[in-house]
Amino acid sequence: MLVTHLLARGQVLAQGPDWISFDVGAFVDQFWSNTFDGLTYGAIYALIAMGYTMVYGVLQLINFAHSEVFIVGAYALFFTLAALGFGPSAPNLNVFALVGDLVLAMLVAMLAAGAIAILLERVAYRPLRRRKAPRLAFLITAIGASFAIQYAIFAWRGPNPEPALIMFRQQPVFEVFGAIIYDQQIVIFVAALVLMVVVDQFVNRTRLGRGLRAVAQDPDTATLMGVNRERVITLTFLIGGFLAGAAALFYVMKVPAGVQYNGGFILGIKAFAAAVLGGIGNIRGALIGGLLLGVIGNYGQTLFGNAQWTDVVAFVVLVGILMVRPTGLLGESLGKARV
Amino acid sequence: MLRSRRAAVLAGGVALTLALAGCAANQEPAPGGGGGAGNRPDIPAVTTLPVPADAANPAGNGQAACAPTTTLAYAGALTGSNAQLGVNIVNGVQLAVNQHNQNNPNCQVQLKKFDTEGTPDRAPGIVTQVASEKDTIGVIGLPFSGESKATGAIFQQAGLTHLSPSATNPDLTKNGWTTFFRALANDNVQGPAAAKFMTGKLGATKVCVIQDDSDYGTGLAKATNDALGPVAADCQDKVTTGQKDFAAVVSKVVAAQPQVVFYAGYYAEGAPLDQQLSTRGFQGVFLGPDGVKDPEFVKLAGDASSNAFFTCPCTPGELVPQFADAYKGVSGGSAPGTYSLEGYDSATILLKAIDSGAKDRAAVQNYVKSYDAPGFSKQFKWDPSGELATTKVFGYKVENGQIVPVGEIG
Repeated sequence: MLVTHLLARGQVLAQGPDWISFDVGAFVDQFWSNTFDGLTYGAIYALIAMGYTMVYGVLQLINFAHSEVFIVGAYALFFTLAALGFGPSAPNLNVFALVGDLVLAMLVAMLAAGAIAILLERVAYRPLRRRKAPRLAFLITAIGASFAIQYAIFAWRGPNPEPALIMFRQQPVFEVFGAIIYDQQIVIFVAALVLMVVVDQFVNRTRLGRGLRAVAQDPDTATLMGVNRERVITLTFLIGGFLAGAAALFYVMKVPAGVQYNGGFILGIKAFAAAVLGGIGNIRGALIGGLLLGVIGNYGQTLFGNAQWTDVVAFVVLVGILMVRPTGLLGESLGKARV
Repeated sequence: MLRSRRAAVLAGGVALTLALAGCAANQEPAPGGGGGAGNRPDIPAVTTLPVPADAANPAGNGQAACAPTTTLAYAGALTGSNAQLGVNIVNGVQLAVNQHNQNNPNCQVQLKKFDTEGTPDRAPGIVTQVASEKDTIGVIGLPFSGESKATGAIFQQAGLTHLSPSATNPDLTKNGWTTFFRALANDNVQGPAAAKFMTGKLGATKVCVIQDDSDYGTGLAKATNDALGPVAADCQDKVTTGQKDFAAVVSKVVAAQPQVVFYAGYYAEGAPLDQQLSTRGFQGVFLGPDGVKDPEFVKLAGDASSNAFFTCPCTPGELVPQFADAYKGVSGGSAPGTYSLEGYDSATILLKAIDSGAKDRAAVQNYVKSYDAPGFSKQFKWDPSGELATTKVFGYKVENGQIVPVGEIG
């Protein structure tokens, strides 16, 4: 009885004051399309969240400038695609040429983001580490570096976003539970997942990955065992930068006009929240957290009919989960993340 | 060795999934990709605009005489993220002053320009400075509603008349200010005009109204919804400033299959919304108000923008040849933009006040209060609150990547 009542199309439960109302009908109708869209966007969150989580795992540092690492990658991607002839309309390319172009642009974006991540580490964090600065100093430096990069881009490119670059025309591929799945969603989700599995396997199975885990667990002992700590730190920033660069490709694929000086800011906060949600310092946690945050945000928007509730819902869930599991869904440590 | 293998796996995996995209991308558009009624209405662009023969001209009769210290001021955005609108206006103002001064050797009016960056927190300081300069007897500005709201009381206290060429928030004229006049229709006029345009010329029987969270967007959406009534009753959504991903909104719209989506807000969110709607198979019309009507919209939405129409209480200055040609001489070659003509007309009215012998702020205020004459954009006559007696709203559309007028819609 209650269920039929709730399922009534366009049912508004709390009408009257304009500030809040529930559209349960739309929420049910669009449940699956919101889920798949949320997973797509969540995969992008997760890729960026990896950068936060790995740096935190190794250094216990929240690298707030990671959102700018991402946006530098996005600019590199934009210029590469523009140089390859992409524009406001989907190009007429055959499959191989298109894939070739996109992979090339992604590699350039990954290199640019990786380079800026390492540069950031060298310029902003390493000098502090040498002087054994307190944790707080790193945090302030991270925020400062974030603003510095953001406004350097502002001074260079101005306040407006770059023009839209359309990579390919989205096509419906198949239908699940009445929701149409588009090729773009599959590409973003699967490619992001592949990248994350590769990094997870790299950390868990290779010699370099073992060194990385060792430093995360106990830096002093790891150093005594012959692990080069500085090299591990550089590697961590590099991997985070690579993933941010890859995320830039998928983000611009989804939001063609998203390349803007402050375009990484909100995304960075969401990705950081995703990392905390999954358990900061935990690679698989970043994936779970990102996907969850993406899906929940969409549910919130439809349920309340108002995007201002997207973030409210997402962060209420975040707080709720952290109250039950203070270290996030999968727990905190990078070193222990090899279940 | 190990590393290179990993890299190969990575590159291979990504290439594989991208290949998947390519396969799908190469197919022809599949039918039934989702909502929206096809058959977009074709409303032809207009290329001429009737202008009253006796429209007020800043040149006057050439016999004007005034003190050499006589000054008008422009206050509004010249830099910052919303600078373009201010630049459009200030070029129109500059043109009017230039034409006046060329024809009236005994009355050389000075024009001072003040940059508020369009922000309500910066504007009060600037306006205080403008008001303190006693030779300034009239102001063109401020362009935006927020900064106008923040500074109206300062103008009022100084007895300094200001004509806003572009502030549309309906509440601005409800403050009891006697020095505020605006040269265009407010949003309570634009909203119903947009509603009439949608259900009339665009032939919509179902409309989705999406609004942002700004004063402008919420006010305009309310006025539009009130006029639309049941046509838009069950398709409403709210987005937020800075939002980039509109998946949830797009799902709702595509499922509702409206002929028109009306977006009450600015181009920064409107453009990606239109783009994401189009890629998910929405085939109807995207209608935006003056906050969306900007060349930047076309740039950010890509070729998706070809489904866009706009409403704007701005008269298309580009269709007034004598104005458009002269404007290019001031603007460095670019054509008149949104609110250029309103800026020109506003400055003309203040110049005519000076030519009529007004020497101080009180005389200018009295002149404007009882003004009743045609301008290039419309007839100018104000009620005591500063609203125009007659207003015009124009329709525009995107054609070949350019925004072109389609005539008057209300």
